[in-house]
Amino acid sequence: MNLLLTMIPIALVYATPLVIAALGGLYSERSGIVNIALEGIMMVGAFTAASVTVVLEPNPLAAYFGILAGVLAGVVFSLLHAFASINLKADQVVSGTALNILAGGVTVYLCQIFFDQQRTNAFTTGLAKISLPGLADLPVLGVLLFKDVYPTSYAAILLVLLTWFIVYQTPFGLRLRACGENPQAAASMGISVLGMRYTGVLISGALAGLAGATMVLTQDIQYTLGSVHGAGFIALACLIFGKWNPFGVLGAGLFFGFSQALSIYAGDIPFLQAVPLDFFYMLPYILTVIALVVFSGKSVGPKAAGELYDAGKR
Amino acid sequence: MKKNLIRAFCAMTLATFAFAGPTKVGFVTDVGGIDDKSFNQGTWEGVKAFGKENKLKEGKEIKYLQSTAEADYVPNLSTLADENLDLIIASGFLFENAMIEVGGKYPKQKFLIIDSVVKDKAGKTLPNVANAVFAEHEGSFLVGVAAGLKAKADKKNAVGFVGGMKFALIEKFEAGFQQGVKAVFPDCKVLVDYAGSFGDPGKGQALAAKQYGAGAYVVFHAAGGTGNGVIKEAKERTQKGDVRWAIGVDKDQFSDGVYTPGKSAVLTSMMKRVDVAAHDVAVMTRDGKFPGGQVLTFSLKNKGVGIPAHNPNLSADILKKVAEFETKIASGKLAVSEIPAK
Repeated sequence: MNLLLTMIPIALVYATPLVIAALGGLYSERSGIVNIALEGIMMVGAFTAASVTVVLEPNPLAAYFGILAGVLAGVVFSLLHAFASINLKADQVVSGTALNILAGGVTVYLCQIFFDQQRTNAFTTGLAKISLPGLADLPVLGVLLFKDVYPTSYAAILLVLLTWFIVYQTPFGLRLRACGENPQAAASMGISVLGMRYTGVLISGALAGLAGATMVLTQDIQYTLGSVHGAGFIALACLIFGKWNPFGVLGAGLFFGFSQALSIYAGDIPFLQAVPLDFFYMLPYILTVIALVVFSGKSVGPKAAGELYDAGKR
Repeated sequence: MKKNLIRAFCAMTLATFAFAGPTKVGFVTDVGGIDDKSFNQGTWEGVKAFGKENKLKEGKEIKYLQSTAEADYVPNLSTLADENLDLIIASGFLFENAMIEVGGKYPKQKFLIIDSVVKDKAGKTLPNVANAVFAEHEGSFLVGVAAGLKAKADKKNAVGFVGGMKFALIEKFEAGFQQGVKAVFPDCKVLVDYAGSFGDPGKGQALAAKQYGAGAYVVFHAAGGTGNGVIKEAKERTQKGDVRWAIGVDKDQFSDGVYTPGKSAVLTSMMKRVDVAAHDVAVMTRDGKFPGGQVLTFSLKNKGVGIPAHNPNLSADILKKVAEFETKIASGKLAVSEIPAK
């Protein structure tokens, strides 16, 4: 039981950037644009957040300005994807891949210019864990949810609720989903498909930027080429596994985070000690593949996601 | 008159042959770049030190080529080989395959690979390639001594080790560290975890959180980028008043651990002195003693591993004790095992 209590906070740290980035992907795909550039946008967000934090420190709010800068950088970078796939009607997968490749090159290049090395300088703390006064002392629940938690983890949970509200309870959400299901029908009702899709991609840029910033400021000491190491792709898997639904995404992210935590604590769980360590290194990925196989039959994404928008198509 | 001229000419030619000319050294970086504050920069510093001693001109007699992609390794090594340099150096195991290819193509060219051993298909070293490796277990022993004494001084009873991947090379770090800790503080617990990756800071942080949570006072990482997460966790805890330490690897990581100006959560670092390896092999080459086909081990004896020159976080007492063990190991009085205790 004690073990479980220590594993859950670790799972939460892991899950936070995945959930935020996957929510980003949700907005984009719900609007009809497949966004596999999450990884690249996260890298740009992480780089910007780390750089701004390094420059502004020792200001106590440096990390928060860093996060803000990461979000903005994510929006700007995702504009490329929006422009290529909406205005130029480029294949969305190709455009996303291009962004992923570009992000690695451009961030390291900028590091070289600003810091004269292939990584940013080390920031002093980045984002630190907080404990909520009063609540942290609650038995069990305090340790699980209110003691030594990164503020971004709360942000992720709030974003899940907010996203559910926006996507399912507001006219904007309805229009967004309409553009991802049947853009021609949406257009016939006077909705600007281009506008909605731009909004979707830019929100996904903002959230992926936030996810990248979270990752570097909570887990790392500087931005390097390996800071994001594939989290964007795992976030995409969470989106599919979570069936394009905010709560599903949260569950998938926690599931993945928990399997990572399991790989860390496997050696301490008596009946798991006989299993080779390598098995637990694979576990999060194997579980993801299995989950995808099991759920893919029933998981239905936005119908028009990935399709070029042709206003004249019936 | 004519005869005299010919004689003079002959004498001059002979003279040039007798005086072999400067020893030219070339260096090929990996994708990390020349100023990576790690292997590339270290190796180049060794080459530069050699150049300074022998009054060699940078860019002419000593030079480097930067690689921007792994595909550059073979062409860059070949380019330098075409220039008939006396010694061509590459740092890191990433160069293994490129070295086998280029070393075979230029059998008369002398090469040095640092931190790796190059072998052909038959399992033999190449006669024109010198291999420099490090006695990581000896350096790790010293940081183990430092960690053990630090824990003892502050009345703690556990330290930790986080490795990148579990294989023989990284186990040398674990083994040395364990023995170092036990040598000065036999009752101290040594927690051991492997991350399964060298590039996952999140996992490093989680493992560090686990070990610090279990009472570890100092955590030594031999995990590359994964170790960044270990340092992050140490900084965060220390800043909140829960003082914990991390120990860096390969290079002096003091600056990575700075949490307020002048204060670092990095206790000390286990350094691999690639500069010493590059410099020493260049000297051997100059003196006509190029160790082709051999595997040279850089240990405490020849200052190939060790802790940084400046350790603001270690007390004079601890440094004295570390220096004592350094002498003992270097002189062969104390043998450090490469294999971790079970």
